[in-house]
This record gives sequence, structure tokens and C-alpha cells, in this order.
Amino acid sequence: MTHPAATLIFLLLIALVIALGFMAGRWKAGNLAHIEEWGLGGRRFGTWVSWFLIGGDAYTAYTFIAIPALMFGAGALGFFALPYTVVCYPILYLVFPRLWNVARARGYITGPEFVRGRYGNKYLALAVGLTGIVATMPYIALQLVGLQTVIGALGLPGHLPLVAALIVLAAFTWTAGLRAPAMISIVKDLLIYLTVLAAIIVIPAELGGFGAIFAKVDPAKLLLPVPHAHSGGLYTGYATLALGSAMALFLYPHTMTGILSSSGPRVIKRNAALLPAYTIMLGLLALVGYMAVAAGVRSMPQFAASFAKYGTSFAVPALVLHAFPAWFAGVAFGAIAIGALVPAAIMAIAAANIFTRDIWGPFFTAGGTHGSALTAKLFAMVMILGALAFVLGLPSTYAVQLQLLGGMWVIQTFPAIALSLFTRFFNGWALLLGWAAGIASATWLAAEKGFSGSIWAFHIGGYSLPSYIALATVLLNVLVAGALSPVCNAIANDRARDETRAEDYV
Amino acid sequence: MIKFLLFLVVFVLALAVPVYNRITPELFGFPFFYWYQIAIVPVASLLIFIVYRLDERGSADK
Repeated sequence: MTHPAATLIFLLLIALVIALGFMAGRWKAGNLAHIEEWGLGGRRFGTWVSWFLIGGDAYTAYTFIAIPALMFGAGALGFFALPYTVVCYPILYLVFPRLWNVARARGYITGPEFVRGRYGNKYLALAVGLTGIVATMPYIALQLVGLQTVIGALGLPGHLPLVAALIVLAAFTWTAGLRAPAMISIVKDLLIYLTVLAAIIVIPAELGGFGAIFAKVDPAKLLLPVPHAHSGGLYTGYATLALGSAMALFLYPHTMTGILSSSGPRVIKRNAALLPAYTIMLGLLALVGYMAVAAGVRSMPQFAASFAKYGTSFAVPALVLHAFPAWFAGVAFGAIAIGALVPAAIMAIAAANIFTRDIWGPFFTAGGTHGSALTAKLFAMVMILGALAFVLGLPSTYAVQLQLLGGMWVIQTFPAIALSLFTRFFNGWALLLGWAAGIASATWLAAEKGFSGSIWAFHIGGYSLPSYIALATVLLNVLVAGALSPVCNAIANDRARDETRAEDYV
Repeated sequence: MIKFLLFLVVFVLALAVPVYNRITPELFGFPFFYWYQIAIVPVASLLIFIVYRLDERGSADK
């Protein structure tokens, strides 16, 4: 144990969170054997709990490590996280209150269930559901990588601490369901806000102010490079990365679960105006990457081994150890670790809801599609153990690459979920073909980039238009689905299979 | 209609990269690129809140 004071504080915070996680089962009492209670908290969370829950869910430990790491390594490009987490809120406001309404009216607890009800097509719902589960797996694994990084920074030995944290996570997820991360997210966010506030007050003072920090950053990385003539350059790359990421954000099972667990459309709309507070925090946190550059942590001998092991992801932990007193480093690491456990729990629960309602129910049981909380609980354990095996068994670059692909895949459910809330123009089979075209083209382009980049330069009439692969391929997806819908309707019209009514949406 | 215009403003403010990809004017040592993108966050929040109030008033009339 190389940092005893920090480790002690860290362990105390984790213990507090464990206690809260188990107490959460008794909060806003409901029958936890029922999946709507276990997996959706009974749709009862008000404005403030939802603010903490969705914030804790969308702004994860991986974000807290990865975005500053991207700034630390690549510079200005990493700041796309800001426009990304601004434009996602008009989308949240316009699209998701309608999803909440129809989900409440029809008893849906997942996005794919809505798709199945809308088109009467369980195969389309299966495609949408599997996309969500597959995109979520590497995301959970990355939370564990974040957890592993801070455990490593504290100098705790071996894999035992990670395994212990995961067993605890599994235990309170089993007993309390979504209530556990909802309650813990409050502690997590208070700690994160405290850490960020301390970072932007203490560290710049040590380094001679923000002017001095920006002056230490390579001038070539401080701004996006100006594009050449006849090219959108990184300008279109940056904007499409922000827009595409924003469209995908609330399609992930865990964020959608966070939204559907709120007590109504007004709560969602209010949160579209309140959640940007997290974006300001994220922007300040991104700049911690530059503070790490200015402090010169990379060339400090005591961190050399960890940088070799974790790469730029170690920038934030290194700066925390370097700039803060030991006890506060414990608080900061506690915040990051809890920031990994909250979304990991919600991700496991959300994937389990989809498995129960959209895979197990319709395909493996006779008749009943509602499923029990027990099926969901078991599958949540599978997700957590799978993520643990992933992290212990495979190099972390696989998780990063799969997460990159996950974003490109999950956006392919935008037409089936988001557009279907506004129109019944599409045919279910045509949406499935559009989805396949989107998934195939996105995967192919990402493979061409060696799974290490997400921007592709498209050439249109002598003009180069670099674009986030996800955004370009979801356009193809919509075009295919739109063009084939009249054709599919001529062969097998599915209009009559829509179980939803116009009044369900408002 | 005004609702969509306000949301359009949010998208334009956030995605007009060529406009904000510059160093000057600086604020508290922050290059323009950085403080601008942080500064539009509360603006976006306010615009969304205005839309919410308009919606609430709209549904109260019904």
C-alpha cells in the first residue's frame, strides 16, 4: 500500500456507498419481485432524483478519465464532448417525453418493446435489443477499467480489489435493483462536483493560473487545424462527432432506463434544462487534461510505470496524486470509483430488462412476454461477470475499440425508436433492412480505419467531407428504410399490427 | 414554431465550429475556443427552460 491515507479515505467512501446500496431496497417501497419495480424503480423518480440518476448514468467514470485523457493526448478535438452534451438536450426534450408516454400507456419498460408494439415485429425488436446489449457490454467493461486505474493508482495489489468491488456491485444490484444506483448517484455526484471544484481552484493556483496552463499546451493542439481548400477538415469532423454522439446518447439501454424511470414527461423536460449543469462540470474536467500537461506529470519518474501500463488514461490519476494532499486524493479516487459503479449497475439492469422483455419472453417462453424480475436479476449477474471476465482476460484496447463501435451501432436504432415516435410511415421489415445496412456499413468503415478512428472522409463532387461514421451511416439507414417501406408495405403491410394509439404519445 | 427556432439556436451555437475555432478574444486566460463552448452551456439551458415554460403555458390553456 503506497498511499495509506488516500487508501483509507477511499475505502471509507466505498463502505458508505455499499451501505447505501443495500438500504436503497427499502426506499420508495415497492414489490421488488416485479420487474417494473426492480428494473425501473416503479417509474416514480421526481425531478431531483432523476437529475442525479440520469447525470450519474450519462456522465460516467469512463468519461471522467477518457475525455481529459483525450485532451492530454490529442488537444482541442477532445473538447467535442461539450457541444455533444449540449445538443443532446434538445433531442432529449423533443423525443423522449413521447417515449415515456407511450411506454407508460402500454406498460413497456424498454425501447425495443415499444418497437415491437409499434410494428408487431419481434425480429426488429430483437435487432434493436441486441444492438443495445452488445453496445452496453464494452461500456460496462470500460467502467471497470476506470475502476482498475484508480485502484492501481492507489497501489492496491492484484485483481482482488476489483473482484471485491464487483461482488458488492452484483449484490446490491440483485437486492435493490434500480433504486440502488439512484440513491448512490447522489453521493457520487456530490463527490464529483467537490473534486472538480477543488481541481479548478487548487491546481491552476499551483501552476500559475489558466493563462499559464494554456501556454504550456502545444499551440498546434490548442485549436482544430484549419481545413484545406475543398475540405471540411476537422471542422465537419468535430461537429458531426458532437451531433452523432448526441443522437446516440439516449438510445443506450442505460440512459433510456434512466429516462423511463422518471415520474413523467414534465420531469424529463425539466431535466433537459437542468442536466447541462453536468456539461459545465465536464468542460472543466476536460481542462484537467491540460493541467496534467502543464504540470508535466508524464515526465515524472514515479508515474513512468503507470503511464506505460494505462497510457494517457493515467493523466488524471497522476495529476490527482501529484497536486492534492493524500487524503483528498482518496476523495477524488473514491468519486471516480463510485462514478464507475453507478453506471455499471444501471447498465447491467438495463441490459437485463431488455433480455427479459425482448429476448427471453418473446422467443423462449410460451406466450408470456412480461417475464419476472428473477430472469432479469440473473441476466444482470451475467452482464457483470461477463464484464469482469472481459477486463481480466482481454487487453483494455479491445474495450475501447468495442466502445467506439458500440456508439456507431447503437445510433442505428434511431430510426426504429426515435423516428417511430413521430411517424408510422416506415414498415418494420424495411427498418430491419435499414438497420442492417447501417450496422454493416459502419462496421466496414470502422474496420478500414483499423478500429482506431471514428471519422471518415467522404468525397462528394470533388469536396472532402470528413464525418463521424455513425452519423453518415445512420443517414444511409434512414434512406434504405424510407425507400424500402413502400415496397415492403406492398408485399406485407404491417400497418394493422400497430398496438399503440395516437393518444398514447401525448 | 418558436420552440423549434429556439432549439435551432442551440444547435447553431454549439456546432458553428469555424466561428469559434480561434484564440482571441481571451477571457481569464482561456482562449476563445474554450470559454465560448463553456459559456454557451448556460445559454442552451436557458433556451430549453424557455421552451419548457412556453409548453407549460400552452398546456394550461387547453
